[in-house]
Amino acid sequence: MATVSEVLIAIFIVFGGVFGLVGSYGLLKLRETMQRLHGPTKATTLGIGCVLIASMLFFFLIKGNLSIHELLITLFLFLTAPITANFIAKTFIIRNLSKDTLPESRSDYGWSVYDDPPTLTEE
Amino acid sequence: MITAALYFAFACFGLGLLICMWRLLVGPDSADRILALDTMVINVIALLVLYGILEGTAMYFEAALLVAMVGFVSTVAYCRFVLRGDIIE
Repeated sequence: MATVSEVLIAIFIVFGGVFGLVGSYGLLKLRETMQRLHGPTKATTLGIGCVLIASMLFFFLIKGNLSIHELLITLFLFLTAPITANFIAKTFIIRNLSKDTLPESRSDYGWSVYDDPPTLTEE
Repeated sequence: MITAALYFAFACFGLGLLICMWRLLVGPDSADRILALDTMVINVIALLVLYGILEGTAMYFEAALLVAMVGFVSTVAYCRFVLRGDIIE
């Protein structure tokens, strides 16, 4: 006996699983390290997102109690994913690229990977 | 039907964990290894949430939230260590 809500939840779970696998398969398929940064973003946003939506729908439609705290996980992952990607890119830059191959930073200070942050000077 | 979909998603995320493990072992640079660890954390969060649906309890969301926080902190700490040679300056 497959009701509409069960079909909807199953579709979301299957989509989440497929996108999670696609995100991890990107680690295997892409050649360069900087390209591999693109793969797990799909697993983070679409994979986890679909799984959490399925979980919310399951507890709302089947169990009958509305739970919001799945959205906390989504919010936390959406907040931390850019920071993580930025740090991993910086790690790659400092280990594999030299300062000469980077373009100019077009400001008064150099790239934050190589130079110390500007300090406040008292006038 | 939900149970079959859950087992399919378990297989998908488990296979993703295996792929991340391969990248963790092979990965030519430490940036690849950090990225593989971060992706493993994401897969584990998904597995915890799916297991919560299978068991029908809301208890696993706290575990998933904790894993998300610890995963983020560990990724940043690993990157800081490679970048600056120190985590808290």
